[in-house]
Amino acid sequence: MAANRSFEIGTGLFIVLGFAALLFLATQTTNMAGFRAADTYELKARFTNIGQLKERAPVKLAGVTIGTVRSISLDGTALDAVVHVDVDSQFSELPEDSSLSILTSGLLGDQFLAIRPGGSPEFLVDGDEFLLTESSLQLEELIGKFMVGGDGGGERGN
Amino acid sequence: MTALKDLFSSLLDFIQRLGAMGSFLMRILRVLPGSLRRFDMHLRQLWFIGAMSLTIIIISGLFVGLVLGLQFYSALNQFGASGALGTLTALSLYRELSPVVAALLFSGRAGTAITAEIGLMRSTQQIEAMEMMAVDPIRHVVAPRFLAATIALPLLCVVFSALAIMGAHWSAVLWLGLDNGTYWSSMVGSVDLVDDLLAGVFKALVFGVLVALIAAYQGYHAKPTGEGVAYATTRTVIHSAIAILAFDFVLTAFMM
Repeated sequence: MAANRSFEIGTGLFIVLGFAALLFLATQTTNMAGFRAADTYELKARFTNIGQLKERAPVKLAGVTIGTVRSISLDGTALDAVVHVDVDSQFSELPEDSSLSILTSGLLGDQFLAIRPGGSPEFLVDGDEFLLTESSLQLEELIGKFMVGGDGGGERGN
Repeated sequence: MTALKDLFSSLLDFIQRLGAMGSFLMRILRVLPGSLRRFDMHLRQLWFIGAMSLTIIIISGLFVGLVLGLQFYSALNQFGASGALGTLTALSLYRELSPVVAALLFSGRAGTAITAEIGLMRSTQQIEAMEMMAVDPIRHVVAPRFLAATIALPLLCVVFSALAIMGAHWSAVLWLGLDNGTYWSSMVGSVDLVDDLLAGVFKALVFGVLVALIAAYQGYHAKPTGEGVAYATTRTVIHSAIAILAFDFVLTAFMM
């Protein structure tokens, strides 16, 4: 009986250790603790270039994540990218004239959306569109501009 | 001509063995619910197959992690991208290394033990004795080992991952001076709970079924001689390794 009991304790410890390891990995090394709002509302925005923005990228306000990118598609007639984002419902008081820009975390990090709040007394509601958007910064374009010179616009060669 | 004939007959042998294994699996699954009433048998096997494999899993996990930390650091540092070390370590561990390496070690540690034990029971005619007494050997000998291996391998895989993450932390952060915060936050940023971690655990579950099935089948069908048991044990390791790597490819292709 005593031997049986030590078996059971040992086996129980093994199972507990396994689940403890799973819990450790899940909470410390995955995005589980990240953005998971139960209740969200959807907003959309149009960009001329989304750069490397991907689905599930964070949407931040003042650096705090308040939502995620749900889907990215191309509008075939207007020829610009339409980005749908889910925003946590507890942040439902975003001014109507807020702007949305695509920023990069660090020099080569992942891209995310940043909301810059406006001053309007009206708020964005479900299905609304951000009217002011700022596309992602293209490193190549920036270098191109830099190489041909600032104010001359490529005329400097003459 | 004879070479072609040999090839054909060995192909036929292979297909026949596949079919026999399938029906063996069906026999196990059919008696599995009934055998759960003797829960202490399962617990004992879980101790022997799972908990006793912890030592090798923990030590190997730690060393794999230490090596990953060193290798990734020197490779990534060439591009000034050592900040991605945490992501790379965690993703390669969760998605590939942990399930596969843990399963290979497990087949060597526990699979061989299952084969040798059942094979010895066969060669000393204990299996026949059970059948004589109308005790189903599949239910009392095979099923508990099968279930224990299936439960144990996912748990061992997770323990392996946890130790490897610790090992990589040790070598990359404590020795080579990578920033501690960068290491952890780069993981949190790009490792998904379901797509990466749980997908790997699912792989380990499939590998557990494979190893258990192959080991039990080889033991149960071993030639009842000392040489036959030795042969069956060798085959368990070889067949498990091939099955694990082949299924790993198929599962990865499906889950990508």
